[in-house]
Amino acid sequence: MQRRSLLASGTALGLLGLGGCATPQIPARARVVVIGGGFGGATAARYVRLLSDYRIDVVLVEPGDAFVSCPLSNLVLGGSRQLADITTPYTKLASTHGVTVVKDTAAGIDLARKSVRLASGASIGYDKLVVSPGVDLQLDQVEGLAQAHAAGRALHAWKAGAETVALRRQLEALPDGGVFAISIPEAPYRCPPGPYERACQVAWYFKNAKPRSKVLILDANPDVTSKGALFKKVWAEQYPGLVEYRPQHKLTEVDARSGTLKFEVQEDVKAGVLNVIPPQRAGLVAVQSGLANLVANHWVGVNYQTFEATAAPDVHVIGDAIQVAPAMPKSGHMANGHAKVAAAAIVARLSGWEPNPAPMLTNTCYSFVDDRSVIHVASVHEYVAAEKTFKAVPGSGGLSPAPSQQEGSYAMSWARNIWTDTLG
Amino acid sequence: MKTRWTAAMLLLPLAASVHAQGQDALYTRSLAATCAACHGTDGRVVGDAGVAALAGQPRDTLATQLRGFKAGTRPSTVMGQLSKGFSETQIDQLAGYFSALKP
Repeated sequence: MQRRSLLASGTALGLLGLGGCATPQIPARARVVVIGGGFGGATAARYVRLLSDYRIDVVLVEPGDAFVSCPLSNLVLGGSRQLADITTPYTKLASTHGVTVVKDTAAGIDLARKSVRLASGASIGYDKLVVSPGVDLQLDQVEGLAQAHAAGRALHAWKAGAETVALRRQLEALPDGGVFAISIPEAPYRCPPGPYERACQVAWYFKNAKPRSKVLILDANPDVTSKGALFKKVWAEQYPGLVEYRPQHKLTEVDARSGTLKFEVQEDVKAGVLNVIPPQRAGLVAVQSGLANLVANHWVGVNYQTFEATAAPDVHVIGDAIQVAPAMPKSGHMANGHAKVAAAAIVARLSGWEPNPAPMLTNTCYSFVDDRSVIHVASVHEYVAAEKTFKAVPGSGGLSPAPSQQEGSYAMSWARNIWTDTLG
Repeated sequence: MKTRWTAAMLLLPLAASVHAQGQDALYTRSLAATCAACHGTDGRVVGDAGVAALAGQPRDTLATQLRGFKAGTRPSTVMGQLSKGFSETQIDQLAGYFSALKP
């Protein structure tokens, strides 16, 4: 009897949409379904609506309550920003743009039947699917890392959210004179300059609050993978004695109990706070559905003109999960750009038109070297039909000459504008 | 049957031109969307950091400024580097698109 009434109240709640909460009834199908509400997926959902003049219905499947931006999340670690400053709700996608936002996880894709299976058990059929699953952080690729991470002894904070705040708390608890060690995996990984910006942010915090402490960068790569000369100058001039950079440090094992990192060749390192950024591949749903068909099933092969997966028709894969064309970073700005190319191609096809034969992408990536000063790298990429790939336009793009507060102000403006362009 | 066929043939040229218009407009919107991450969706910038609002600016002003960035005669942090990635035709398309929008 008790069970019966519980079931009954469950059904009633379902019908009422959980007491007026944002969860709508899950539709059985939609012309366009989008998996993932990050920079890629949310932008794709919004732009299919915008570019079709609201004619094409879109369902976005995203398990999170709100969008938490990875760009600027290093400032939360440095302490100059709070998590609330980088968090935006999904409400405007629904209220202003008519996207049906389903709070659930995409558990699988039936490519033959053209349907997405949700963790809750429901399925949604699609005409066109956009998959923007981000990266899967492969904790199992380093011995002891999964256990150390679960115990809170080797956080990654490489997806912004509660873990970002937890890592900040560890930095706050570290005694003056303690060491913060950040381990960087071999490229490609999400946000090439991100780890070095993070080192700057922690150094900025230490310089003000714990001047005897130290930031140790342990990089699996042979050198700094992005903005190298600029970052090295900042470490030497702004944080002398505070930051030490060690290349060629490929992590093989984490010993949570003693707080030790072990490497393929170099000697062990002990530190008070361990921040291990794990090796990465395409988000799980892309791997499990067979879309990730390149580099030993690590990344998704796409037709760059439309971002359609080479493994399945009517499926567009965007963002960090794809095998990138040369000189294309795995960045939020890029994912936002992929999304617009894919959305335009979907709207073209559903309107009976040809997709744009010459799509363009831009990228502007700002890194904060303290709480205010910023350096950038920018690039423009054109689709070259003869080679079926994107290439950086010769003569375009470049770096900042030096950190500046003017660029700091532009960086904050970029964040506000891209969040709005992504989420409404 | 014969009447219907004739009617369809009469409609064809019109349908083809509407078809091409919609397709080309979509390509231009897609090109202009590459500006939105910094300048706001459809060039309606959020905030007051001095980043230019593009929507509703005169066509000539937009084209002249973009060409100034590209030539290096107009000082900038990022725009000089980005504008060099766009062709003269694309600059004219962007200027035309944004100037036709409401601010």
